[in-house]
Amino acid sequence: MNPLTILERLGRAVLTALALIGRVAMFTARAFSHILRPPFYPREFAQALLSIGWLSLPVVGLTAIFTGGALALQIYSGGARFNAEAVVPQIVAIGMVRELGPVLVGLMIAARVTSSIAAEIATMKVTEQIDALVTLSTHPMKYLVAPRVLAALITVPLLVAVGDIIGIGGGYAVAVKNLGFNAAAYLQNTVDFLEMRDVVSSLVKGAVFGVIAATMGCFYGMQSGRGAQGVGGATKDSVEAAAILILAANFVLTGVFFSI
Amino acid sequence: MIRMENVEKAFGSNRVLQGMSLEIPKGTSMVIIGGSGTGKSVALKCILGLIQPDSGKILVDGKDAASGDRDAFLARFGMLFQGGALFDSLPVWQNVAFRLLRGSLKRPISEAREIAIDKLRRVGLKPAVADLFPAELSGGMQKRVGLARAIAAEPEIIFFDEPTTGLDPIMSGVINDLIREIVVEMGATAMTITHDMTSVRAIADNVAMLHDGVIKWTGPVARMDTSGDPYLDQFIHGRAEGPIEAVR
Repeated sequence: MNPLTILERLGRAVLTALALIGRVAMFTARAFSHILRPPFYPREFAQALLSIGWLSLPVVGLTAIFTGGALALQIYSGGARFNAEAVVPQIVAIGMVRELGPVLVGLMIAARVTSSIAAEIATMKVTEQIDALVTLSTHPMKYLVAPRVLAALITVPLLVAVGDIIGIGGGYAVAVKNLGFNAAAYLQNTVDFLEMRDVVSSLVKGAVFGVIAATMGCFYGMQSGRGAQGVGGATKDSVEAAAILILAANFVLTGVFFSI
Repeated sequence: MIRMENVEKAFGSNRVLQGMSLEIPKGTSMVIIGGSGTGKSVALKCILGLIQPDSGKILVDGKDAASGDRDAFLARFGMLFQGGALFDSLPVWQNVAFRLLRGSLKRPISEAREIAIDKLRRVGLKPAVADLFPAELSGGMQKRVGLARAIAAEPEIIFFDEPTTGLDPIMSGVINDLIREIVVEMGATAMTITHDMTSVRAIADNVAMLHDGVIKWTGPVARMDTSGDPYLDQFIHGRAEGPIEAVR
């Protein structure tokens, strides 16, 4: 293939990617500007709190408890290779709070919430419900996007906190029931070892991941093409983008909090 | 009065509106006819500002539709969408009273519900329908709810996008009669886009034929059959032969 053609294609791909990043950034900025400016839609916000926060609790809890339990088993068997089985409480705590809690909750939210927001808004777009909102003097960014992004910003850190606690609980249950750890000592070690910085990083990650998850769902929903294929494509793209952005943001935030 | 002056709109290389000009006098019912993909819906969405035209002017009562207070502008309009465009997550009465539950036209919930039930009754639906969800309704009932929503805030201008598409002939007749009655009763300016010639004769005071992005003919509905315009004649008689190319 002609090197110029390759360069041209590469250039076009880079420009497309940059344009997409620009559009997502503008969309996020507009979402936040609508969060801050009236009119507000308290009923839609309450519904978003319920569906993003409360109804995600079972999936977050189950993910965290199994991960915490598996983590305890892995650390115990891995640590046994150099006689370090005793570090299970500390490593489960730090692993859940710093990394696994926020990342797994973020990814579960991307799977559950981003997909549902994207599919709902894309269907609304395809069936002209978004146009109908406009003709009824209601701004779609205010009515559909702002409540969901704000609800995710508030509830996902709380879900991460719950996930962290349940994950540590899972590790505790396995360690005490199966691995012969003393219950009180396990808890004491966990509490002693965790620092405020670990907890703050977990909650900040939760807030950022929540915003990413909701914004990607709304963005791709609003950009949806026509028909069932358009809705399917928007849903798939939103989950992919949210998952990748969550993992990338996790890397950046981990660097910010723990590189020193 | 609604006035479109040389409105153009293209999507990529597809020039949908190519200088459309049209005037709809206040309190009259204009029906725009034309084949699929000729830009009827685009014209309607340009007036509402759902699509920005590339060039040309749209004036509503002499004022530029693109400038001024958008909320106040939209508050003058009601629209019945082709597929109803009812909000699935809300019960019927909240769909109808949507405008009355929020924004500048907000009323107390009980009053908004009363108005919604009254409008539902006006379009021939029983109060029991109010608490159902749109997915529980038939196509004809959804159109009626859409119609009730369009008239709930007593708009001065009402748009109807393919009001009878997908309905059986009897239900189409019911919807046509309702539209005519409501428009006359409210003294509203109406703009309807349709392919359905029965609808045209039932609803229209004036008719405009849109083809290739421009208005080919416009005039009173009574003159439609004797216009002598080859585009209009071919369309209203549904002939395959004529100046409008039929893709086979």
